[in-house]
Amino acid sequence: MPAVYINGSKVEAKDGATILQAALDAGIYIPHLCHHPDLEPAGICRLCLVEVEGRGIVASCQAQVEDGMAVWTETPMVQKARQISLELLLTNHLGDCLSCPKDNECKLQEVASYIGINEERFKQLRMLAPQFPLDESNPFFLRDPNRCVLCGICVRTCDEIQGIGAINYAFRGFATTIATFGNKPIVESNCESCGECVVRCPTGALVPKNYRKPAKEVKSICPYCGVGCSIYLGVRGNEVVFVRGDKDSPVNEGQLCVKGRFGFGFINSPERLRKPLVKRNGEFVEVTWDEALDLVASKFSQYKGDQFAAVASARCTNEENYLVQKFARAVMQTNNVDNCARLCHAPTVAGLNIAYGTGGGTNPISDIDGASCIFVIGSNTTVAHPVVGTRIRRAARRGATLIVADPRRIELFNHAHVCLQQRPGSDVALLMGMARVIYEQGLHDEEFIRERCENFEAFVESLEQFELDFVEEVTNVPKEKIIQAATLYATRKPSLIIYSLGITEHSHGAENVLALANLAMLTGNVGKPSAGVMPLRGQNNVQGACDMGCIPASFPGYQPVKDGAVRRKFEKAWGCRLSEKPGLTLVEMFQEALKGNVRAFYIVGMDLAYSMPNARMVWEALERAEFVVVQEILMTGTAKFAHVILPGASFAEKDGTFTNLERRVQLIRKAIEPIGDARPDWWITCEIAKRMGATGFDYSHPSEVMDEIARLTPSFAGMSFARLEGAGIQWPCTSPDHPGTPILHIEAFNTPTGKGHFSPLQYKPPAEMPDDEYPLILTTGRSLYHFHLSMTRRVEGLLALHPEERIWLNPKDASKLGIADGDKVKVISRRGEVFTRAKVTEDVAPGTAFMTFHFYETPTNILVNEALCPIAKTPEFKVTAIRVERA
Amino acid sequence: MSQMELIEEKMEERVDRILSCFSGRREELIVILQRIQDEFGYLPEFALIRVAKFLGVPEAHVYGVASFYAQFRFKPMGKNVITVCRGTACHVRGSPMVIEEVKNRLGIEEGDTTPDLRWTLETVACIGMCALAPCVIVNGKVHGKVTPRRIAEIIKAVEGVEKK
Repeated sequence: MPAVYINGSKVEAKDGATILQAALDAGIYIPHLCHHPDLEPAGICRLCLVEVEGRGIVASCQAQVEDGMAVWTETPMVQKARQISLELLLTNHLGDCLSCPKDNECKLQEVASYIGINEERFKQLRMLAPQFPLDESNPFFLRDPNRCVLCGICVRTCDEIQGIGAINYAFRGFATTIATFGNKPIVESNCESCGECVVRCPTGALVPKNYRKPAKEVKSICPYCGVGCSIYLGVRGNEVVFVRGDKDSPVNEGQLCVKGRFGFGFINSPERLRKPLVKRNGEFVEVTWDEALDLVASKFSQYKGDQFAAVASARCTNEENYLVQKFARAVMQTNNVDNCARLCHAPTVAGLNIAYGTGGGTNPISDIDGASCIFVIGSNTTVAHPVVGTRIRRAARRGATLIVADPRRIELFNHAHVCLQQRPGSDVALLMGMARVIYEQGLHDEEFIRERCENFEAFVESLEQFELDFVEEVTNVPKEKIIQAATLYATRKPSLIIYSLGITEHSHGAENVLALANLAMLTGNVGKPSAGVMPLRGQNNVQGACDMGCIPASFPGYQPVKDGAVRRKFEKAWGCRLSEKPGLTLVEMFQEALKGNVRAFYIVGMDLAYSMPNARMVWEALERAEFVVVQEILMTGTAKFAHVILPGASFAEKDGTFTNLERRVQLIRKAIEPIGDARPDWWITCEIAKRMGATGFDYSHPSEVMDEIARLTPSFAGMSFARLEGAGIQWPCTSPDHPGTPILHIEAFNTPTGKGHFSPLQYKPPAEMPDDEYPLILTTGRSLYHFHLSMTRRVEGLLALHPEERIWLNPKDASKLGIADGDKVKVISRRGEVFTRAKVTEDVAPGTAFMTFHFYETPTNILVNEALCPIAKTPEFKVTAIRVERA
Repeated sequence: MSQMELIEEKMEERVDRILSCFSGRREELIVILQRIQDEFGYLPEFALIRVAKFLGVPEAHVYGVASFYAQFRFKPMGKNVITVCRGTACHVRGSPMVIEEVKNRLGIEEGDTTPDLRWTLETVACIGMCALAPCVIVNGKVHGKVTPRRIAEIIKAVEGVEKK
């Protein structure tokens, strides 16, 4: 460690530290503006000047410390030089501090008050009136070039942190400005509105719109995707007015995406449900809680057994999910309980369970940083899991090899070394083709396979059919690219596979997952740091909803309902008899409802009427059902079908835990009182149970529910609210002194034999292939600015950034159909039709079309095929044969 | 390739033909921009987007570099170019009035091109012909001691030749 003398006192500095860092670490202030701890030093503002003996004036952010160096930070020469630098900055800065939103938080103010300004000279220098127009195009933040000091922190943030470079310096000399491509309004650039530049801007040049200073902050977890970013909710009165990222979190390290940072408007939305509602003569009428709960309890009492089905919420806490399955199993005496994972990652749970014995992602998010090769398949990460997406971009920027496979030319293609644009539904062929290349070239890890895996021979035999000519024909990916991708994946270790719904939402989703599991085992890329298989789970607590047993065949912790010993444990704990018959999965529940076999539903926080395939079938089933209870925070498309709507509390209004995609259980904390007469979901479920005469639902706080979960679930045995303070714990956590498990399968797999299980696979085409009548393949996905339907559409800014549905068509297909960009079109499948507008883009391959499902006005899921994966029962959202016509 | 075919070659293909001579390293950016400007007379927006993709750099970076150098332009040049000198000597001898006359006559600002792509007005700092101040270059030909009336005549003359 080098020792330097700053102003005569000895300071121990870190190796390679700059003088500025060493001084700041030692509590010695040197004025600075363009320096930011998250960014590379830039040396732009010239304020951090110091005098180094024997060297003269240097910029301290650019000079590394050397042993014995003598630094003086306040000599007359330094002060003079700084004064000039400061004056030059102030000349080009609008000097109306009192009306600036950054007043009191401005770094330039801080620096100016430290250095001091000469009043006379300042009067002559200051810019009195704005000279440049504001850029108000982004709904969430404002760009004011009149307050910009060209420190470049925003430019470097967009480049180094976010990895997209939407802005840069443009022009020259006095005319220099920060500009987007073509100096257009920022909203027309590739800016992702993440706001990372806004939080780092030292002056008032970038400020959030409609900012209101919070009175207090409460730590919580973002309610959108499964990344589980740690956040602070800024509260003022009973309102959430601001959100910032938690720098200390290992998950997001302070980063947030546009939804996490700006998408909190739904919490205090005037459209929140405030009173229990009962449908009378086709109209919803407000009633008291007593009235509503008594009605629900008395009705549910009539539907006990398998004529009842509960749908748990991937938006609710672990404790609430635990209670919903306990209610279904113990009170309603059925295993008919499922959650939205059935529509997304059930194949992950099933597939990884078969291969590795645990249905969860193998590695923590932070392992992306250490991977030499990252293989992303079926995941539009920068859109669906943005904070993980930026981490991948940063890894690629640092030199990791990035392979991306997706039927669409997604944003990550811009950062990838190899891009594979496979045909939707051809993933097994692509992955087995890669496996065959690896095996034939002898790039497989023989020792790992011998010591740690089983069933390898059968797997090798099944590679026979995946000759590269055949694979090329099926996938439409050139052979050379398959070889290149396979070779890179097998040789650049450690290699990390990242995947999402592009893999799972198929009629053979579990087999896609098995193909990935095979590939990782074949190359020995499991059970090691930065080597593994990471499914990116969709919703904030979809991992938790599954972990908590809201699946028809398992109790919490994936303990099978068929296992007599397990069942007896739960019977004893809950004081009742439990069914050994696995229940219905989500799509099956509605198919059975159509037949009249399921007659009552308890649907908690899921807008299934618009997020399930063949939506019309679901609508019919809901209409057919005799009693439907929907527990929601907003009036959703599903709630309209309900007989009773119970207003739940949002994540900001209660305590509990969410589990993210790396199995990390994290605390959320009550920041405000529930809106109106809304109540926490755990309280509602318990009240219904108690009013049905059940015991075991007397909890005064969710922490008591977690204690019960820990008692009954081996992988959660060591968890408690007290232990979850801080960054949370990754399950399995088997005892109170167990630190949690960031990486799975280090020594052995969790399968009965302890060995990783290879699966021989065959290529199966999607259930519905294009034909003369329906010649295009529709594949569905997400937008950066929305999360499903009801929450983000209550956030004005998000709706402004992405106001309506569009069907993406390749220019070749569009011109064949005589369709131009923006034209109104009718999209028709075997199940129905919807109207939308066309977006003509080369980002989809010829023969392929793309839509999201974020808009009630365009219910895309009417079109989608409900063909199920036989293993996981997940529908094929990703491949639907359609026809497009001008409308 | 015949002359006709060359003209008909799509603009995108003309950009791709230029890019095919390069290897895609980011330090090739300025040379590529020069070649594109040689080809089109300016830097079309779609070409810059293609260049960014080709080099794997953000579009804003390409724009930043292109806007830094005075040699690059983002709008097409007119068929005829008027370059008025505004060096010190020309300035005191009346070049502002000459510029004013051109602006009024053509209805454009400095650095702009008429919508019919016939005329572009540029100003430069000094062309080194101070003895003849104020100086104007029209389509490469230097005119000395120019007055507003004189520049109007020059413009008329060029337009007259074009009509024929």
